[in-house]
Amino acid sequence: MTAVRAGNPLHTITESDIDFIAIGAAVLGTGGGGDPHVGALQAKRAIREFGEVEVISVEALPDGGFIAPVGMIGAPSVAIEKIQAEGELAAAIDLLEASTGQSVTAIMPTEIGGGNSLVPISAAAERGLPIVDGDSMGRAFPEAPMVTFHLAGYAPGRGILVDSHGNSAVIQPKDGMWAERLARVISFEMGGNATMIDYAYPGKVVKECAIPGTLSTARRIGEILLGNDIRDEDRVATLLNELSGFHLFSGKITAVERAIQGGFTRGQATLDGLDKDRDSTFELQFQNEMLLGTRNGQLAAVTPDLITVLDQVTGQPITTEMLRYGARVVVVGFPSHEYWRTEMGLATAGPGYFNYDVDYTPVEKLVAVQERVKL
Amino acid sequence: MSYRIGIDVGGTNTDAALLDDQLRVITTVKVPTKTNSGEGITHVIERLMRRSGISGAEVSTAMLGTTHCTNAIVQRKGLRRVGILRIGGPATTAVPPFEGWPADLRATVEGYAAVITGGHEFNGREISRLDRDAVLRACTEMRGLVDAVAVVGVFSSVNIEHETIVGKIVREELDVPVSLSSQIGTIGLLERENATILNAALIQTLGDMADGFQRALDSYGIAAKIYFGQNDGTLMSLDYALQFPVLTIGCGPTNSIRGAAHLSGVENALIVDIGGTTTDIGVLTNGFPRQSAHAVEIGGIRTNFRMPDVLSIGLGGGTIIRTNPADSQENLTLGPDSVGYRISQESLVFGGNTLTTTDIAVAAGRLNIAGRRSPQILPELFQGAERAIRSTLEEAIDRMKPSANPVPIVLVGGGSIISPLSLEGTSSIMRPEHAEAANAVGAALGDIAAQVENVFSLKEISRAEAVSRARIEVIERTITAGASPSGVEVISIEEFPVAYMEDAFIVRVRAAGQLA
Repeated sequence: MTAVRAGNPLHTITESDIDFIAIGAAVLGTGGGGDPHVGALQAKRAIREFGEVEVISVEALPDGGFIAPVGMIGAPSVAIEKIQAEGELAAAIDLLEASTGQSVTAIMPTEIGGGNSLVPISAAAERGLPIVDGDSMGRAFPEAPMVTFHLAGYAPGRGILVDSHGNSAVIQPKDGMWAERLARVISFEMGGNATMIDYAYPGKVVKECAIPGTLSTARRIGEILLGNDIRDEDRVATLLNELSGFHLFSGKITAVERAIQGGFTRGQATLDGLDKDRDSTFELQFQNEMLLGTRNGQLAAVTPDLITVLDQVTGQPITTEMLRYGARVVVVGFPSHEYWRTEMGLATAGPGYFNYDVDYTPVEKLVAVQERVKL
Repeated sequence: MSYRIGIDVGGTNTDAALLDDQLRVITTVKVPTKTNSGEGITHVIERLMRRSGISGAEVSTAMLGTTHCTNAIVQRKGLRRVGILRIGGPATTAVPPFEGWPADLRATVEGYAAVITGGHEFNGREISRLDRDAVLRACTEMRGLVDAVAVVGVFSSVNIEHETIVGKIVREELDVPVSLSSQIGTIGLLERENATILNAALIQTLGDMADGFQRALDSYGIAAKIYFGQNDGTLMSLDYALQFPVLTIGCGPTNSIRGAAHLSGVENALIVDIGGTTTDIGVLTNGFPRQSAHAVEIGGIRTNFRMPDVLSIGLGGGTIIRTNPADSQENLTLGPDSVGYRISQESLVFGGNTLTTTDIAVAAGRLNIAGRRSPQILPELFQGAERAIRSTLEEAIDRMKPSANPVPIVLVGGGSIISPLSLEGTSSIMRPEHAEAANAVGAALGDIAAQVENVFSLKEISRAEAVSRARIEVIERTITAGASPSGVEVISIEEFPVAYMEDAFIVRVRAAGQLA
């Protein structure tokens, strides 16, 4: 039953869906993934110019075809300054086709978090291709190999990097780690960011690897948190109910510490309980994403499960940069997809990879233990 | 003796304060803000001069904090047509200028837009050679269509070269004001571009406002030098304000924070400004208001313009208290609506029928109104209302505290009498004399400040060199803004690493000085 999925499947993406998907991607982005503002403006414009985007479910993908995961690599602070060139996304797809000799039949998001959940929508609109309702993370993660294709043993294949100058690079890395290394260096020289395609595979492989339904889920989350038909006080409860999520803690942030290590922010926030959690405390550990939560010193949830912080009143997601003293928040947890709970999944993005000295336990088990303690 | 006048034009009231050259408050007055804000200003100057009995010739400086520019944007009135030249091609074309603007604001402001080949990378290298011919062509096309031009270069916060060249060409070709983005904002192209466009659109708007202010002063024989309040609570000269009118946005709350600091003599505190309808809580850090870390929306568009970090809640001196007999859990509600300026007719103490927070303050003995008796309020209702006011203020204060430690509180504003004199989480509560006009007092203080925010790469220059350049630049800017060259001091230097970019740093330097 793991892996969050909610809402009716999307059939098309229109301009009015974009803000919903962006906020949903911020929730699934678990506090990271970068600001989706530029991506949202770009996607709305692309849809206005080229038309609505057809959505195809992972299950309905034919075994053949050629599906291109499109995203951006590089520094978020460069992406908000040196925005993509018009046609940059199409150029990346053209280059993939030219270098592989195969025609792309659908686009898919690499991750469903921050701006990278919206960039592929622009790409699909521009090329008139359908977009796959699924992605290869089911959340946001900071590194290129943290994708389900890698977990299933697939190499990145032909990697494409395109910049806004008109430069492009085709790489053929041995595996996900090499893709990360090569792409970082190339994108740095391209000016700090680039459009990237890797793990382009036929439908059969995507059906095996992709986490299904994540675009529809993101859209539904946005509708729950922004829509007019739900009252503010019901938003979080509705979200947890529909996504089979868990309420981990309600409280007030009483301290936030941050340090920069090797270009990544690493920090922790301490919360004092409110309402039913009065007399308890909670600690959140984050890097670019929220990665670990403990309640009264006991593990409450840990990566790769999803930990998201929401504003207590409005239910709006709070990014790691926005954490600060005095904020009233609700911490919620969602089970990650089964792929992440395998040995390979935990080695790639489990607590040990991020240097936390705890054993992984699924969030639903941790919550059950906490419930028993409370009784 | 020479005097200074501080005026704060708010949504409800226009306040004015007269200070002497030792910054002692001589007198303050309050009049309703008229729809035509020039009228309110004339009225308040007249009252102030009459009450103080000093002559216009004795007033050497006049400071104005005004929401005029904010209102112009929100109401889409009085804005001029702007031509925007974004220098960044071939990058950035996926999101052109004005994308995402509300249609009515765009229709009011957009005169011309082009993306010119040029701009820089994060490390200062050129994206492309600047296409000067394209700039000349754009000037030809813009002529007659625009009242002002905004120039925005990609990564101009790292390298201002292309932006400066384009600005110079536009000034030579067209006789209109030009705003350069590197002087207005930091990283975040669209937000900085939006702020620069708004700045250009407001230049004439502020000019008209300044003319009206000048005429009002002239009519009372006041030959004072004019200054405008800016968003960090400091002042800028008229000439500087005409270059950077967008900096006047958000000066209201900061005026009252700075005024509260001056009146109370504290440098670090929470300032709780209780008006008729709302309470604004700001944070005073080393004598200056704390600024917000988030992107700010003005009139429906996102800017990276830094605003004072203020929490507004719906509690003021006119807030209506209602009983809810049906609900036994919560037997009363506090607002959020207020009787506003009708308080002197509608609240119980003035013989009206509406129970307000002011009635509770009178019943609690915190306020005496001459010739009025304390209203009859049931004891449970009185206690419930006091509890509700207390917990609302305590929660809001707690949200704004920089840490869990108790903080000193300075209470200001006309509604400040509704606050209990002890609150949880606070170390002391002060309500200084003239607290009701702290905003006008804040406007009259003579600090001038400026900020410079640059990005640098450790590969290009050393950290010490980057900071030293920023220091020189910010001191120059502070003097340009109207500070006396002798006393300008750098008041803060902050450095932030740029995420995912180990070599890139942002340096933000602020300096302040006194009026020249």
